[in-house]
Amino acid sequence: MSHPQRLGSPDKRANLKGFELSSVLRLGQPRSDFCLIMALPFIIIAIVTLFAAAAAMSLRNLVHCALSLVVALAGLAALYLALGAQFVGFAQILVYVGAVAILIVFAVLLTRSDATPNRAILAPGWLTGIVVSAAVFATLGWAALNSTGLPKEMPPAPETTVKNIGDLLMTQYVLPLEVIGLLLTAAMIGAVIIAMREDAPKTTMEDGGLKMEKTSSPSSIPARDLSELHPPSSSGGPV
Amino acid sequence: MTPLQGCLLVSALLFAIGLAGAVTRRNAILALVGIELMLNAANLNFIAFWRYGPNPEALSGMMVVIFSIAIAAAEAAVGLALIIAIYRHYRTVNLDEINNLKG
Repeated sequence: MSHPQRLGSPDKRANLKGFELSSVLRLGQPRSDFCLIMALPFIIIAIVTLFAAAAAMSLRNLVHCALSLVVALAGLAALYLALGAQFVGFAQILVYVGAVAILIVFAVLLTRSDATPNRAILAPGWLTGIVVSAAVFATLGWAALNSTGLPKEMPPAPETTVKNIGDLLMTQYVLPLEVIGLLLTAAMIGAVIIAMREDAPKTTMEDGGLKMEKTSSPSSIPARDLSELHPPSSSGGPV
Repeated sequence: MTPLQGCLLVSALLFAIGLAGAVTRRNAILALVGIELMLNAANLNFIAFWRYGPNPEALSGMMVVIFSIAIAAAEAAVGLALIIAIYRHYRTVNLDEINNLKG
């Protein structure tokens, strides 16, 4: 560890960087042990989260990817809880683990042709992508490790009850809240309209999809672009 | 290494993993999953800076994360609906085979 070395010349460091001697001495051995004990759950959760995320991005079977994603998102929720953000942690579990992961599993089950693809799972230029993301990580990590203005001590934990969050949402952040409500409504309607089944056999489709489309509904709306879709029940609507 | 830097490193690695998955996987669903991972990495940064920042009583980072989670849920719903519509059209979700603008 570097702490004995750091303690070897406290006067020089204090003179050089303008620190007080007492604040440098306080960074000694007992505080480091305390930090290690405090940081051990964080390290374990972070390792589990990162391995699960890497598995979600690299496994071949899509269902395994979705389950690894669930583990990664739950690990992130645990990180939020460890950082003292209880409401966000439980919202993460509710929204991501409860809703988004289920959506992804549904999408996987609705779109898979065979269980495990035998062909290559990576795009042709995958090496470039790996190099670019490694460069991104190197840049971000260098910036995080070398920036000097970062706070070093954890301030005392603020009071983050749900009542505080609700007060802020209803007073200071009420306009973003309304905008988010509008956005969620629009997204819900848009998702339903986009994913609505087209009710006509396609002429440009291969044989694999044709028989599934023909058994859907006897309604006879001609197949057009996705933007012209409307529900088949409202034939006399003012659209 | 301070705890804040540990959070930032975890977040950077998560962002890099998500970016690598989003640009290298052929499956459109996994590209979307990569984007979700990148959003979550940004959320972790917000929470870490909120917790270690000078004024945590204002709850500003937490508010940003709450709105970000809502936007990510909307994005996932619309994205997966688009993927299902594309699959119904092309019978594939392979991003390399979806290369017609009007097919």
